[in-house]
Amino acid sequence: MSAPARRAAMLVAIVAALAIGAAFLKRSDVYLLTLTMVYLMATFGLNLTVGYAGQMSLGQAAFFGIGAYVAAIALKAGVPFLAVMPIAAVACFVIGLALGFPALRVQHHYLAFATLGFNVLVYLILRNEEQVTGGTYGISAIPRPTILGVSFEGHLAYFHFTLASLVALGALLWWLLRSPWGRAFAALRDNPIRAESLGVNITAYTLLAFAIGAACAGVGGVYYASLVEFIEPGPFHFSTSLMMLLAVIIGGSGRFYGPVVGTIIIILLPELLRGSSHEALKFMQKWYLVFFGLAVVALMVWLPGGIVSLADRFRRRSTS
Amino acid sequence: MNRITTLFAALGLALAAAPALAQAPIKIAGLVELSGTGATSGTNFDNGVKLAVKEINAAGGILGRRVEYTSGDTQSNPGVAKALAQKAIDDGAYVVMGPVFSGSILVSMEETRRAEVPNFTGGEAAAITQKGNPYIFRTSFTQSSAMPKVARYIKNGIKAKTVDIMWVNNDFGKGGRDMIMKSLEAEGIKVGVDISTDPGQVDFSAAVLRAKQSNGDALFVYTNEEESARALRELRKQGYAKPIVGETVLTSQKVIELAGEAANGAVAHVGLTADAPLPTVRAFDEKFQREYRSKSDHNGLKGYSGMYVVKAITERIGKVDGKAFAAAMKGAKISAKDHPGVLMDVTFDQNGDLDRESFLTKAVNGKQVVVETLPPLGAK
Amino acid sequence: MGDLVQLLVSGTATGAIYALAALGFTLLWQAAGVINFAQGEFVMLPAFAMLAGLAFGLPVWLAFLIACVLAAIVLGAGFKQVVVDPLIRHGVIPLVIATLGLAIAVKSTVRAGFSAEAHPLPSPFPTGQLSIAGINVSYADIGTLALAGAIVIGLQAFLNRTVTGRAMQAVAQNTESARVLGIDVRRMVLYVFLINAVLAVVAALLIAPTYLAKFDMGDSIGLKAFFAAIIGGFNQTRGALLGGVLIGVLENLVGFYISPAYKEGVALVLFLGVILLRPEGLLGKAEERKV
Repeated sequence: MSAPARRAAMLVAIVAALAIGAAFLKRSDVYLLTLTMVYLMATFGLNLTVGYAGQMSLGQAAFFGIGAYVAAIALKAGVPFLAVMPIAAVACFVIGLALGFPALRVQHHYLAFATLGFNVLVYLILRNEEQVTGGTYGISAIPRPTILGVSFEGHLAYFHFTLASLVALGALLWWLLRSPWGRAFAALRDNPIRAESLGVNITAYTLLAFAIGAACAGVGGVYYASLVEFIEPGPFHFSTSLMMLLAVIIGGSGRFYGPVVGTIIIILLPELLRGSSHEALKFMQKWYLVFFGLAVVALMVWLPGGIVSLADRFRRRSTS
Repeated sequence: MNRITTLFAALGLALAAAPALAQAPIKIAGLVELSGTGATSGTNFDNGVKLAVKEINAAGGILGRRVEYTSGDTQSNPGVAKALAQKAIDDGAYVVMGPVFSGSILVSMEETRRAEVPNFTGGEAAAITQKGNPYIFRTSFTQSSAMPKVARYIKNGIKAKTVDIMWVNNDFGKGGRDMIMKSLEAEGIKVGVDISTDPGQVDFSAAVLRAKQSNGDALFVYTNEEESARALRELRKQGYAKPIVGETVLTSQKVIELAGEAANGAVAHVGLTADAPLPTVRAFDEKFQREYRSKSDHNGLKGYSGMYVVKAITERIGKVDGKAFAAAMKGAKISAKDHPGVLMDVTFDQNGDLDRESFLTKAVNGKQVVVETLPPLGAK
Repeated sequence: MGDLVQLLVSGTATGAIYALAALGFTLLWQAAGVINFAQGEFVMLPAFAMLAGLAFGLPVWLAFLIACVLAAIVLGAGFKQVVVDPLIRHGVIPLVIATLGLAIAVKSTVRAGFSAEAHPLPSPFPTGQLSIAGINVSYADIGTLALAGAIVIGLQAFLNRTVTGRAMQAVAQNTESARVLGIDVRRMVLYVFLINAVLAVVAALLIAPTYLAKFDMGDSIGLKAFFAAIIGGFNQTRGALLGGVLIGVLENLVGFYISPAYKEGVALVLFLGVILLRPEGLLGKAEERKV
C-alpha cells in the first residue's frame, strides 16, 4: 500500500472504531469525546491561521462564542439546525474579514494583540448585553437538532452526528489545502518571500485563511451550544483562546493532524484525570497544568514543530 | 496522648462496625468549586460534607453501610459541572452534593433530574427551586426568603430612607439585586445609586466613589467573597462612614479575614453561621477548626448539615433509594434534637426550599458576632 | 469638581502600578526582543514571596527586600538563562508561546502547591485620608504615587545620566552598533532583566494590599500592563507610563460617569484603536522590519 492509502485506511479505521466503540462507553465519556471534537473544529480552523498563514491569533474563542450565541438564539427561535450552521459560519467569516483586514496590515504579534483585544471585547458584550445574550445568566434549554425527522437528542446520536460533521469539516479543509488555491497556503508557510515573488497575494491569502479559521470556530460554537444545551460567557474568555493556540502549537502547527493531538492534550486528558479517583492520577490532575505549562516551554526549546513532528524526526533518523 | 485515645476509640468503632461495612458503600458525589471564582465557597462546602461523612462513617455509616464521598472540581464552570454530574450518575451516586454556584447548579441539576438522583445545592438563586424539579433540595435560604429580612432590618434597624446598592454582575449578584430592590420597595425604601461590579473585579475605586457621592443613608453590598473584601477595603480607604449592610457573604469569615479591620461594623443577615449561639453549631465549629485549622464559613455548614439531612431521611425511609428519598423530602421536618448534625430544626417544602431560624451578624474586631436571632419565616 | 480630582488621583495611582509592570514589559522588548506574556505572573510571584516572608514574622520592608533579591535571581537572571536565551534565536513567536506556557505553569504551581484562595497583604502605607479643600485623597494613593513616581524618575535618571544606563539604551536602539562600540551587550541585557524583576516586586507591593494576593491576580495586571505598553508605544519607555496612567484614569472616569459594566472596555477600545490606526503606539516610533 502506498503511504497516502495507508494513511487513509488508518483514518477510516479510527473513525469507525470511535463510532462503534462509543456505544460501549459511559455517558460521561461520550460527552467528553463529543466536547473534544467540538473544540477540534475550532482548532482545525485556528491551524489554518497559525500553521498555514503563519499568523498568531488569540481570538479564536471569541469566534467560537459568536457561533455558539448565534446558534443558541437562532435554535431557540426555531430556525432549523442546517440553516443555523451556515449563518454562524458566514457571520464569523465576515467578522473575521472585518477584524483581519486592518489588523493584518501590521501582522505577527500585532495581530495577536488585536485578536486578544477583540476577544476581551466580545466577552464583555456577551456578559453585559443582557437583552440579547442573557448576560451572566446565559441561555439555557438550547435544543439539539432534528434533521429530516431524525432526532439527535440522545447523547450517542449527537456524538455520531458531531463525528460525521467533524469528518466532513476535516475533509473540506483537506481538499481546500490540496486544491491549487490551497497550495498557495503551503507556499506561504514555507517561504513567504518566494511565494510573493511567484505572484501570491500574501495579504489576501492570509486574510482568507484567518476568516476561514474564524468560520470553523463558528461552526464549532454551534455544536458546542447544542451539546452543552446551555451557554454563558465563561467558556469564551480569552484564556480559552490561549489554550486553543497552545493546542495547535504543541500538536504541531501547519500539520494537518497537529490540532488533533493538541486538543486531546488540552481538553480530553485533563477531564479524564479529573474524573479519576486513583491517588496517583489525582496528583497528576492537581499538577497537570504545571506539567503542561513547562512542557510548552520545553517543546518550544527542543521541538518547535510540535508533537506531530516527532514522527518526522524518527522517520528521518531511520532512513538516514 | 489525647490523639492516641481518639485513635484507639476510632479503631474500636471501626472494628465494631466492620461486619456492617463489608456491604457495598453508599456513594455520594460532590460537585464543588475547588478553583475559579467560587473556590472559597466550594472548598468550604466540600470540607463540610467531608467532615460529616467522616463522622457518619466513624459512627457506623448509614443503615450500617459505609459512605464513600468523592468530589470533583467544577472550576466554577457550568459546562464542567454538567459533565461531572453525568460522571457522578455513571458512577452510581446515590445523592449528589453541590455545586454551590447558582449558575452551575441550574445546568447540572438537569442531569441529576434526568437520572432521578437527589441533588443538594448550596446555591441561593430563587430560580433553582422554581423549575418544578422534584430532585433538587437546598441547604440554605434562598434570596427570596433572605432579602425581605434584610430590607426589614434596613428599615427598622438603621432607619434608612434611601439605600445604595453595590452588586456583582453574575447570576448570584443579579438575582440578589433584583430581589433586594423588590423587598426594599415593599418596605417603602428608595434605591439611590445602583452600582454594578464585575466578577473578579480588583479595582473598586470608581464604584466606591459613586456610593460616597450618593445621598443614600446606607450601602447594601452583595458580591462574592473576595470582591466583598476588596470593596470593604476600598470603602475604608476612601473613608466611607455610613452603615454597610449585606446578606450572608459580607460578614463571612473569609471576607473578615481578607478585609481585615476594614470589615469592622459591617452588618449582614446570615442563614447559617459558625458563630451561632447554639450548642450544635458550637460543636460543629470546634470539630471543623480542629480538622481543617480554619473557621468554616456558611458554605461549610451547608455541606455539613446537608449531608446529615441525607442520613436522617435515608434512615427514615429505611433503604438506599433515590426516588423514595426525593418523595420523603417533601414536607420533611428534621429536628436538631434527634439529629444534631442538621444543626438547627429544619423543614423542607414541596419545592425543595427550606426554612429555619436565621441570624443578624456584625463584624467586630476581626470576628463575626451574632447580634440577633430571627425566627423562621414560617413561624409568623 | 471634588469628584473629578479624586477620580483623577486614584486613577493615576492605579495607573502608576500598571505603568510599573508595563515599563518592564517595554524594557524587555527594546533590549532583548522579548514579549513577556508572563509579566502578570512576575507580579504575582513576589506577592506570594512577601506573604511567605510575613508568615515567618519578618517586617514588611525586610520581606520586600528579600522578595527583590529572589525575584532578581529567579525572574531576572533565571528567566533569561533558562527560557529566553535558548529561544531567542527561534524568533518572537516561539518565545511568546513559551512565556504563555510559563505563565500557566507558574500560576498552576502556586495554585496546586500553595493556595487557590486570596490572601491579604498589609499595606505599606497608613490608612485614612488627607482632606484639602473638600477633596479627599487616601494616604495609600499618595504613597503609591510617591513610590511609583520616585522609581520612574530614578530609572529615567539612571538610563539617561549614567554610563551604564546610556549603554543600555544604546543596546536597545541598535544592538550591533552597540557591540561595535565595545559595549558588553550581554551584561546590559542581563541588567534589563534584573530591572524588570525588581519593578515587578514594587508593583506587587503596591497592588496586593487592595487587590489581594491570588494565584490568578497576574491575569488582570498582565493584561493591563500589556495594553498600557501597546497604547503608549511598545518601543518607548515613556509610552508605558502614558499608557498605564491613561488606562487607570480612563477606567475610573468611565466607571464613574458612564457605566462600571464597560469599565474594562475603555482600555480595550483605546487599545484596538491604537493597534489599527497607529500600531507603533501614541509615543512610539515606527519599527522597520528587521528581516
